[in-house]
Amino acid sequence: MTEAVLHPPHPQTGLWSWLTTVDHKRIGLLYGWSAFLFMLVGGLEALAMRTQLIVPNNTFLQADTFNAMFTLHGTTMIFLFVMPMNAAFFNFIVPLQIGARDVAFPRLNAFSYWIFLAGGLLLNSSFVVGALPAVGWFAYANLTSNAYSGLGTEFWVLGVQLLGLASLVAAINFIATIFNMRAPGMTPMRMPLFTWITLITNFLLLLALPVITVALVQVMFDRHFGTSFFDPNGGGSVMLWQHLFWVFGHPEVYILILPPMGMVSEILPTMSRKPLFGFSSMVYASAAIGFLGFTVWAHHMFTTGLGTWTTALFSGATMLIAIPTGVKIFNWIFTIVGGRFRINTASMFAVGFLALFTIGGLSGIMHASPPIDGHHQDSYFVVAHFHYVLFGGSVFGIFGGLYYWFPKVFGRMLSERIGRVHFWLVFVGMNLTFFPMHFLGVDGMPRRIYTYPTGMGWDTWNFWITIGAYLTGIGILAFMYNVWSSLRSGEKAPADPWDGRTLEWSIASPPPVYNFAKLPQVEARDDFWHKKYETKTFRPEPEHADVHVPNPSPWPLATGVGVGLMASGLVVSYVHMAAGMAVIAIGVAIVLLGAFFWSFEPFEM
Amino acid sequence: MSQAAHTEHHTSLGVDSRKLGMWILIASECLLFASLIVTYLIYSRKGLSGPHPQEILNIPVTTISTFVLLMSSFSIVLALAAIQRGDRKGFEKWILTTALGGLTFLGFQVFEFTEFVQHGLGLTTNVFGSSFFLLTGTHGTHVAVGVLWLLALYFTSRNGGLVKDAALKVDTMALYWHFVDVIWIVIFTVVYLFVYV
Repeated sequence: MTEAVLHPPHPQTGLWSWLTTVDHKRIGLLYGWSAFLFMLVGGLEALAMRTQLIVPNNTFLQADTFNAMFTLHGTTMIFLFVMPMNAAFFNFIVPLQIGARDVAFPRLNAFSYWIFLAGGLLLNSSFVVGALPAVGWFAYANLTSNAYSGLGTEFWVLGVQLLGLASLVAAINFIATIFNMRAPGMTPMRMPLFTWITLITNFLLLLALPVITVALVQVMFDRHFGTSFFDPNGGGSVMLWQHLFWVFGHPEVYILILPPMGMVSEILPTMSRKPLFGFSSMVYASAAIGFLGFTVWAHHMFTTGLGTWTTALFSGATMLIAIPTGVKIFNWIFTIVGGRFRINTASMFAVGFLALFTIGGLSGIMHASPPIDGHHQDSYFVVAHFHYVLFGGSVFGIFGGLYYWFPKVFGRMLSERIGRVHFWLVFVGMNLTFFPMHFLGVDGMPRRIYTYPTGMGWDTWNFWITIGAYLTGIGILAFMYNVWSSLRSGEKAPADPWDGRTLEWSIASPPPVYNFAKLPQVEARDDFWHKKYETKTFRPEPEHADVHVPNPSPWPLATGVGVGLMASGLVVSYVHMAAGMAVIAIGVAIVLLGAFFWSFEPFEM
Repeated sequence: MSQAAHTEHHTSLGVDSRKLGMWILIASECLLFASLIVTYLIYSRKGLSGPHPQEILNIPVTTISTFVLLMSSFSIVLALAAIQRGDRKGFEKWILTTALGGLTFLGFQVFEFTEFVQHGLGLTTNVFGSSFFLLTGTHGTHVAVGVLWLLALYFTSRNGGLVKDAALKVDTMALYWHFVDVIWIVIFTVVYLFVYV
C-alpha cells in the first residue's frame, strides 16, 4: 500500500529549475548533453589534425597548433566526453536499477556536475584567450615547467584539477548510493551488472584521482611558487611526474572502459533473451580488472630505464589482466550463443564493441612485452591500440547504451533506419581510420608529429586514415539527426520496449520524478524478468502518485561557481598576481557562503 | 512502511549515509596523503643544499604538539559520549576543548614553520623543504577545516540548533577528526622519527 503524502510539486520547467535541480535524472541529462557537445569539440580537434596529416608537408596547421590539438583532443575526449557520458548513465540508470528514488547525496550530485562544467569551460576558455595547452594530455615534466610552456598549460592544470574533483565527489556519492540505497531484497549479487561496474569504477575514481590531484598541485607549485618537484635543476625528478601521473592514468583507462562494458553486459542479455552468462564471474573479473589496474602503471614507462626487475614485474602484471578480460569476453559470447538474438542498433554496437575491443586488446597485449614495446613506444601503433579500445570499446559501448536506454530517458525510440546508417558509417570510418595506424607504426611513423616528409611510405595510409575520420564525422552527424528527429517525432516508447530484465524497465518511459510509487521488494537477480515470467506477480505502477521528492537547491551551483572562480583565479594569477588573488578571494568567499547556506538549508530526502 | 521523508531512513548497510560518506571520503584521503608521503620519502634526503632533516627537525617540540592533537581525539570521544546521552553542556565543553586542542596544534605548526624559515628552510629552498611544507601544510589545512567544523558544531549547539541527528553529526565529525589524527601519527613517524632510521 502506498502511503501518499501531499506535497506541492516543484516547477519542472524553466532555466532556474535546471540550475537548482537535485534530481539524478536531470543531472544525468545535464551530463549527457554536455558530454555530447564536448565530444563534438574533441571531434573537430581530431579532424583538424587529420586534415593537417592528409598529405605530407602540409601547411594547414602550424606545429604549435597541432600540438595544442592533440593535447586538447585527448584531454577533451577523456575528461569531457567519455567520463561525463559514463556519469550520465550512472546518474540516470543506477538509482532506477537498484530501486531507489535518488542518490545518497542529491545536492552533492548537482555540485559535481557544476564543477565538471566549470572545468570544461575553463579548459576551453584557453581558446578565447588564445593560449592553448600544448603539452600532451599527459603533460610530462619538465615540458610543463615555466622554461618550456606558458599560460596555456595553466588552463590544462587547473581545468583537469576541477574535472578530477568533480569525479571524486561523484564517486563518494555513487558508492554510498549503491551500498546504502538498494531496495529491500536487493542483495549484492542481485544487483544488475551495470550497477556492479558503476560501483567498481567509482572505487577506481575514488582511489586514483587523489594521486593526480597531488601531482597537479606539485606542478602548480613549481610553476607559481618556484618549487622543484619536477625540476632536475632544483633537485627534483621528472620521473616522479610520470609515476604519479600513471598511477592515476592507468586506472583511468579502466574507468573509461568498464562502464561501457557494463552497458554491453545489459544489452546483450536483453537482446539475447537470456541471462548474462557467468554473472558471478563477471563481477569477480570486473573487480579483478579494477584491482590489477593499480598494479601496472609503469607499463607506460618501459622505455624510461626503470631497471630489469621493475620492468619484468610490470610486464607480468600487465599480461595478468588479460585473464579476467578474457573471462568477460567469453561470457559475452556465451550470452549470445544459444539465445534468440535480436539484431538492432543497440545490439549491433554491442557486438561491434566485442570485436573492436578485442582487436585493441590484442595490440595491447603485444606492448605488454617490453622488448616489443621498445619498438611501439611513441609510434602510431600505440595510437591504433588505444583508439581501438577507446573508440571501438568505450564509444561503441556508449552508443549501444544510448540506443538501449534512449527510450527510457526520453520516452521515444531512436530510429532504427537512421541507426543502421549511423552504425555502418562509424564502423567503417573507425576501422578505416585506426587499422592502418598499425601499419604506420610498424613502418616507423612517430606519434605527435605535425607533418611528415614524402617518400617514407606513409602517404597513402595517412590519406585514407583522414578519409576514414571524415566518414566517422558524417556518422556522428547521422546520429545527431537521429536524436533530433526522434525527439521531435519518434515512435513513442512504452515502459518496456525491449522486454527488459532489470528494474528500470518496470516504470514509465520517461520515469516519473519520484521513480517508483512503491519501492520494489526484490526477490531475485533480473527481478523484473523474474516477476514478469517466473512468479508472474508484476503489476504496472499507477500513472500518478504523490511522493515527496527532495526540494531543489541553489547552493550546489553557488558553491560550484565559487570553486570555479578559485581555479580561474589561479590561472589569472599566472599573468597578473593582484587580479588573480582578487578572483581567488571572491571564489573562496562564495564557497564559504555557499557551504554555510547548504549546511543549514532544510533538506529532506 | 512510510515512504515519507523522516529522520530515520532505512539504509541497506544499516549505517547512516552521511557517516558512510565520511568513511568513503577517508579512503580517498588516504591516497591523497599516501602520494604526499611518497613524495616526501623520495625527496627528504635529496636536497641539493641544506638545511637537511636531521639539522632542522625538532622532535621534542613536535612531540608536545603531537600529544595535544592525540589528546584532542580523546576529548572528542568525550564530546560524542555526552551528546549521545543528551548532555548538551558536557558536549559543548568537550567539543570546545577539542577545537582548542586543534588550534594549539596549529599554533605549534605556525611556530615551527616560522622557525624553519628563519633558519633557512623555506618552500623553495630545496626538495626537502618543498615536500615537507606541502605534506605538513596539507595536513594542517585538514586540521584547520576540522577546527572550523568543530566550532560550527559548538556554536550551533549554543544557539540551540543541534537537535536533529545530533549524535550522528558529531559521530561523523569525530570520524574525520580521528582520521586527521591517525594521518599525523604516520607523518610524525615518517618525517620526524625516520631521521634516525
